[in-house]
Amino acid sequence: MRKSLLALAAGLLLAGSVSAASAADKLKVGFIYLGPIGDLGWTYQHELARQALVKELGDKIETTYLENVPEGPDAERAIEQLVRAGNKLIFTTSFGYMDPTLKVAKKYPNVHFEHATGYKRDKNMSTYSSKWYQGRYIQGLIAAKMSKSGVLGYIGSFPIPEVVSGINATMIAAQTINPNIKVKIIWANTWFDPGKEADAAKALIDQGADVIMQHTDSPAAMQIASERGKLAFGQDSEMIKFGPKTQLTSILDTWGPYYIERVKAELDGTWKSEDSWGGLDSHMFAMAPYTNMPDDVKKIAEDAQAAITAGKLHPFKCPVIGQDGKEIECKGGANLADGQILGMNFYVKGIDDKLPGK
Amino acid sequence: MELVEAIILSVLAASTPLLIAATGELVTERAGVLNLGVEGMMIVGAACGFGGAWLTGSILIGALFGIIAGTLMSLVFALMALGLAVNQVATGLALTILGVGLSGLIGAGFVGERITPAAHLNIPGLTDIPLVGRVLFGEDAFVYFSIALIIGVWWFLYRTRAGLILRACGDNHVSAHALGYPVLRIRTLAVMFGGACAGLAGAYLPLAYTPFFIPGMTAGRGWIALALVVFASWRPGRLVIGAYLFGAVTILQLHAQGWGVGIPSQFMSALPYLATVIVLVLLSRARTGGSTAPAALGTVFVPDR
Repeated sequence: MRKSLLALAAGLLLAGSVSAASAADKLKVGFIYLGPIGDLGWTYQHELARQALVKELGDKIETTYLENVPEGPDAERAIEQLVRAGNKLIFTTSFGYMDPTLKVAKKYPNVHFEHATGYKRDKNMSTYSSKWYQGRYIQGLIAAKMSKSGVLGYIGSFPIPEVVSGINATMIAAQTINPNIKVKIIWANTWFDPGKEADAAKALIDQGADVIMQHTDSPAAMQIASERGKLAFGQDSEMIKFGPKTQLTSILDTWGPYYIERVKAELDGTWKSEDSWGGLDSHMFAMAPYTNMPDDVKKIAEDAQAAITAGKLHPFKCPVIGQDGKEIECKGGANLADGQILGMNFYVKGIDDKLPGK
Repeated sequence: MELVEAIILSVLAASTPLLIAATGELVTERAGVLNLGVEGMMIVGAACGFGGAWLTGSILIGALFGIIAGTLMSLVFALMALGLAVNQVATGLALTILGVGLSGLIGAGFVGERITPAAHLNIPGLTDIPLVGRVLFGEDAFVYFSIALIIGVWWFLYRTRAGLILRACGDNHVSAHALGYPVLRIRTLAVMFGGACAGLAGAYLPLAYTPFFIPGMTAGRGWIALALVVFASWRPGRLVIGAYLFGAVTILQLHAQGWGVGIPSQFMSALPYLATVIVLVLLSRARTGGSTAPAALGTVFVPDR
């Protein structure tokens, strides 16, 4: 019931915003957002990037966005609506839009699509994502240094490879500092529900975790950690406002340069289907300032960031040991292959939990 | 022991908005009106409640803003569904859609701001009693108010003449009308009460639960409150059981995950819904047979003049 109602709501909302786009001979660029632009997390960062795009190329393009578009079949209608409104380049900004985007892309071969964080492509559909696990590795180092209890709390959204590789990168890094470090993982099974995220943070802290990490979108966990005098990492966005004495750092999604580059390519007629997976060296994401930690920890973090950016340090350097103690087959030479990271469905050694569905 | 206390505290906080919103909807439905707009009224209550508290620095004023906002939203519903006799289901759904949009607009100005959350009661000596101290004497005012509210509603519905008349409107509006009771006026008041409660429940989220406003922060709690009323077979006592059970399983499944019980998290996330439905259905089967819904629920009433 709730789903269909939300869909209905989304349908009406988008009917409103699409008609707002006025006709002109400018290139029309569309965006599909998962949450509200004011979510202070994932969608907010995409919106900031869109604004940067408008600032840079505003005289040549016209942008439209649809917010609160549920993943799944409703997304297809939303995307198609953008196509019909004349958008020639459409960014669909969540994993769950993958199949809907592909379907619409096949139907409209003359429109170009850019899908975030997915793995399905077509001749008119690119994908783009970030190597967030690199940031998670840095967070793992900091967390292990800063935790007094030796227990980290991790709020997951859904057990998909992107989240699992983040947990693994965190633990691989943390174990280099403290081999006995523990992590407690709670899956919220939602990307966005501030109340539930807060409940998960409370549960983790009540169970002894003193550094909270999250892979959900709202600043609720940061706020709870701040209330309880613990430490936490932000997610997607700068969340230090919700924990001035709590936030250690945050992985900041910085999509702006990528959006500008792709729209420029579209304007020049040089756009082609690509798979962009940017790391710290590509400016697809950045680390928020390292705060609330002593200088030596800050230095460890900065050194790791420099080494990763320079390509000298890889979080998934072989050998990577799985939960069962067996070495994971190394398909990428010295490191795990990109494909193995993008499809990661196992926990590394040292995580005493079962991956849901395994 | 400390963990038990912490869990109970989290459960009470998680259950309170559901209980308040469901209490309001229970009264509305007992008067024979089905208002599906709870989610919409809640989210507007959340936006206005946060706005009020942020502007004035007072949680109480925030709560009042939430109540007023919810009531105003419910008046829109009353005008359509009662005044103009529009289909109640459609009107309620429209109200939710309106609320979600409106709250984003109202809240746009203070997204990213934060306030000091509602204070928790602190009675030296009593609040420090191990285990029960913080649970009984260390909650925020909303928690105590929600319990007083549901007791008051129970008393009103079953122990006062006015409550009897309200239920009569819900069970047979033609008879109530024939007896000379102003059915539409009574229903309007019941709808307004439902709106006030939904607004307050929504305001609880940014005022006490997570002290900031984000569009969509009610995340479906209004729908859960609606479902609770049905599964509680429109009885206040069962509503309390349902709301706390839902909150308890929600929190416990999070803890169970942290302990590494090894049950798939997707199942755990579904557990609060499953447990609440099963328990309340069993409860209603055990005592009474047949439908317990107000007989005139959701039906349009146009008095003959």
